[in-house]
Amino acid sequence: MVSLLDIIGPVMVGPSSSHTAGACRLGLLARCLVGGTPDRALIELHGSFARTGEGHGTDKAIVGGLMGFRPDDERLRDALGILEREGLDYQFEKTTLDEDAHPNTVRITVERGERKSVMTGSSLGAGRVLVTEIDGYPVSVTGNLHTIVLVAEDVKGSIARIATILSDADVNIATLRLSRKSRGGDAFMVFEVDEQPGDEVRDAIRGLSWVKWAFRLDKVSA
Amino acid sequence: MYRTLADAIADAEARGIPLSQLALETEANDQGRPVEEIRDALRRALVVMQDAVTRGLVGDLRSTSGLVGGDAAKLRTGPDGPLAGTPFRDVLARALAVQEVNAAMGVIVAAPTAGGAGVLPAVLTGLAAARGIPEERVVDALATAGLIGAVVAERASLSGAEGGCQAETGAAAGMAAGAAVEMLGGTPSQVGHATALAQQGTLGLVCDPLGGLVELPCVFRNATGAAIALAAIEMAMAGVTFAIPADEVIDTMGEIGRAMDVRYRETAGGGLAATPTGRRLAKERLYDLKRA
Repeated sequence: MVSLLDIIGPVMVGPSSSHTAGACRLGLLARCLVGGTPDRALIELHGSFARTGEGHGTDKAIVGGLMGFRPDDERLRDALGILEREGLDYQFEKTTLDEDAHPNTVRITVERGERKSVMTGSSLGAGRVLVTEIDGYPVSVTGNLHTIVLVAEDVKGSIARIATILSDADVNIATLRLSRKSRGGDAFMVFEVDEQPGDEVRDAIRGLSWVKWAFRLDKVSA
Repeated sequence: MYRTLADAIADAEARGIPLSQLALETEANDQGRPVEEIRDALRRALVVMQDAVTRGLVGDLRSTSGLVGGDAAKLRTGPDGPLAGTPFRDVLARALAVQEVNAAMGVIVAAPTAGGAGVLPAVLTGLAAARGIPEERVVDALATAGLIGAVVAERASLSGAEGGCQAETGAAAGMAAGAAVEMLGGTPSQVGHATALAQQGTLGLVCDPLGGLVELPCVFRNATGAAIALAAIEMAMAGVTFAIPADEVIDTMGEIGRAMDVRYRETAGGGLAATPTGRRLAKERLYDLKRA
């Protein structure tokens, strides 16, 4: 459903809703995977991102997002300079992903302390984004809502247990998607929720013996 | 939100309310948020639009590549043309101003997109200033613009990569024309005609930016898009009607976009981007960019 505020918005630093605002949102989502500004980031640009990214500030927007700047933050313009001062080690590469990958796609590998994650996402236009893969699992995360992604062993009752943790924290589930690589193999769950879950929710889910890892991705749309 | 403008116009006229009120109520219902919250968000968007106009008119900004900037100020301080001192010239200046801010990585409202972000603020704030229209009516006009844009998003596209510039500055012109007609006291039916008149004037418009950057001709196409919106507003307010309904004109834009060769859809493979000068400038400027 198209929202009026998607049409009159977002408020953003120019020049391109797909190459700047969307790129920033992808950086913000990648940042969530390591719970803060990464120590190191490898940013692999595909398609139009690789071809016209520099002129659109795609590089600044992604690293700005990695540092937690939102699409309307004027610091994006100088993000590369700020980043160097912060001592964040980043590297850009041009790459060619699958031929059916969206033209504006980026693969971001982030490391922070012991944590390391790889995320592939695309900027679909008008600032809308879609994360299509995290750590090798196919996902579908838009950042339109707060999202919890997790990998769990394929055990019975796992969804009910997590739903209980969320409802106990007064967090309402908007959507749920479930996939697994094979029967009895790892299950990948994506919960989109209406309220921002606190650290205690994430930690409670991580505390379940059969949950291998869990992340909270913040809402990145306006 | 509505998928056809005809339904929205019929509902607004049956209830005797402006399209803006219908749009706000529908959005509040869709999103489960109070109307006042939606208006607050639109009010904040208007402030950003006004700030971008003011910032761009200073005239000191240059785009990332250096290809554009400084032209908005010329319409304020440069020699008079035949339309000096009119709202027309002021609206052109405002459209260039916002798009120059965008090209320089300043803050704008993507309405409907960043590439077409100059048209709507230029037309609405320019005409509001010329006619002394209170700010709350400009906020209402943004709701009407959002309704029209949502219909375009549903029926056609708001992306230059999908539909060419007719889907960006063209859609913006349709939104601005309809919204301004309501702001100036026109009926919902006149809003529909204004939208159709503006959108028909941009059918077939390609997206052909030099080097693929939102700079040239984008900055100027926002000014010419605003001019088309003004023409549509003047005609619709005078009672001129367009025989093809706005929904069908929007469908036509979508159809032309789907048939448009990929060279004319934001790839810099054709149009002005592929002219000898376009290629030379892109090569020089992008090379500079990489060296910087």
